[in-house]
Amino acid sequence: MSAGQPAAPTVPGRVGRAVREAGAQGRAALIVYLPAGYPDLDTSQACLEAAAEAGADLLEVGFPYSDPLMDGPTIQAACQVALDHGYTPHDDLAMCARLTPRIAVPALVMTYYNLVWHYGGVDRLDHFAADAAQAGLAGAILPDLPASEGEPWARAAAAHGLDTVFLAAPASRDATLDAVAQRTTGFVYASSTMGVTGARTALGSEAAPLVARLRARTSDPICVGLGVSNRAQAAEVASFADGVIVGSAVVRAAGEGGPEAVAELVADLAAGCREGHAAR
Amino acid sequence: MTAAMEPASADLAHFGRFGGRYVPEALTGALDELDVAARDALEDPAFQARLDWLRRDYGGRPTALTLAEGLTEEAGGARIYLKREDLAHTGSHKLCNVLGQGLLAQRMGKRRLIAETGAGQHGVATATIAAKLGLECVVYMGAEDCRRQHLNVVRMQLMGAEVIPVESGSRTLKDAINEAMRDWVTSVSDSHYLIGSVVGPDPFPRVVRDFVRVIGEETRAQVLDRHGRLPDAVTACVGGGSNAMGIFHAFLEDPDVALLGIEAGGEGLDTDRHSATLTAGTEGILHGARSWVLQDEWGQVRPTHSVSAGLDYPGVGPEHAWLRDSGRATYTAATDAEALEGFSLLARREGILPALETAHAVVPTLRRARELGPEGIVVMNLSGRGDKDVDEITEVLEATGQAPGAGAQG
Ligand SMILES: Cc1ncc(COP(=O)(O)O)c(C=O)c1O
Repeated sequence: MSAGQPAAPTVPGRVGRAVREAGAQGRAALIVYLPAGYPDLDTSQACLEAAAEAGADLLEVGFPYSDPLMDGPTIQAACQVALDHGYTPHDDLAMCARLTPRIAVPALVMTYYNLVWHYGGVDRLDHFAADAAQAGLAGAILPDLPASEGEPWARAAAAHGLDTVFLAAPASRDATLDAVAQRTTGFVYASSTMGVTGARTALGSEAAPLVARLRARTSDPICVGLGVSNRAQAAEVASFADGVIVGSAVVRAAGEGGPEAVAELVADLAAGCREGHAAR
Repeated sequence: MTAAMEPASADLAHFGRFGGRYVPEALTGALDELDVAARDALEDPAFQARLDWLRRDYGGRPTALTLAEGLTEEAGGARIYLKREDLAHTGSHKLCNVLGQGLLAQRMGKRRLIAETGAGQHGVATATIAAKLGLECVVYMGAEDCRRQHLNVVRMQLMGAEVIPVESGSRTLKDAINEAMRDWVTSVSDSHYLIGSVVGPDPFPRVVRDFVRVIGEETRAQVLDRHGRLPDAVTACVGGGSNAMGIFHAFLEDPDVALLGIEAGGEGLDTDRHSATLTAGTEGILHGARSWVLQDEWGQVRPTHSVSAGLDYPGVGPEHAWLRDSGRATYTAATDAEALEGFSLLARREGILPALETAHAVVPTLRRARELGPEGIVVMNLSGRGDKDVDEITEVLEATGQAPGAGAQG
């Protein structure tokens, strides 16, 4: 991954722009998460392509990690399948390099900080950022890297034209939200609830107030994730947020019905993103 | 008593380049709350009085410092002392930590304690303080560890704790920590995560250390009292590193006192079946802190092995990483076989059945005593008692044809 020309040159700001363009077209952006290597690398690429074609505005490509403490059972199990195949972050990046020229939407890597920091050695943020950019990725989401520890990564990401996404939670204090707003260059990831990833039957009431608190601090787009699994929930979130993030539900579809099932669910979620935005 | 030496970094959250707080944003509020509560409590005489009372009248502190005559003779060198944490209530050093954190949880108005456990000693200690303070208690324990430390599962349940076997990942301590953190992210408003060692995101390594350092403070005073001087070496086994940090801390500013940590060498450092993080790992970020980790070249955490569940962990507390880096402490490993030898020596020469974790420290301690010669003084932290391990040990010994009575019964 270290030589040759980038598959798609990385231009900073692609992530935020994709969310804003969706808004300009009268819908909340739909952001879809799928792990690399589940159920195998080629099928995961096919599922990601299917999601992009069916209406996702952004893709999050999960790089499986041995100790995913922000993830619930669905994503844990899918990532374990990929790890059991023996895929490394290097393989995951190679898949992204094949994927990104074939899709019209930006893709971000979503993984845990140690994989980025340790990428083939020690303290390798810069190497990871370089290879991610070269694979055509537009940014990264690192859920166990709070904004307060995010300075080194923000620097590495900026040097390679990658956008950063930091997370905010309902219990975050004002000073934390300030730091999140300041460090983010892509979109702010607002957790809908205090918890880990996983489909939920009902969304909590904490997301809208959190989005309002963030709006007062940043002009970056604000997207809501954790627990969104169907069209009605997507519409609910689309009525107050700039983007809707869906993970576990799509992962389950990928496992049960492959790219076709992913496309079907994504199309339905995208409809929810239009309906909710229209109802504003 | 000398003042506590703070890490070289001015930033309290780090020990040199180690430590920090690499956790989901959802937890940073609770970690700040804990930091403030812990600092306030340490300066509150009422909190200290209650903690002192619990330590003394409930917990059995100060614990004895026993001259190990048999081991001393065996080594043929320095005098060997044992700091008897096995005599504390619940049978290990883990009680120091839970008494402190339990009171902190109460002070913060939490009604529920979450804990992870490997050997079950920390789970038992947490269940104990939960019962004593009237708090709810949930303990995550790797399914494999539930099997090998069944006695402790029963002890926890008898005190009203709920024990949840963890089936994910390697089904041992690291996975129990992951599961405990996931619970905490969801329940942080009314629950305290009572972490069991000097690991995890800031401020846990500091908070736990400040509650276990009483071990070293007592040891220092006891040795001074008997010999009018400090020991030449202090030794302890290292899993996450709490019993070692507990006995080391009071000696950090005494450069003539050598500090030796002993990790689990499993089937040998030339295999990948061990848990010797500082001896054979690399730098990385695990469970919220930068430290040393047993991981592959990509940062995926490796499966570990130790005959003792409590040392079977791929990480280590960040303050140990810093002590190793600065050269203030040194770390070595003892294999499963050496741990069994140490267990047998303590059992037969001292009449003490140690925990298998503790047993790792014996052979390296004897080696150090020999090097020091007859004028020397060595203190080994006897971190816990071994009742929980008798089935496991019998099984291992049977497998190698050395079971007690195996010869007699033919
Ligand atoms: C008796 C005993 N000693 C040592 C340990 C290892 O932990 P630490 O390194 O935190 O002292 C354990 C852990 O379960 C234990 O039960």
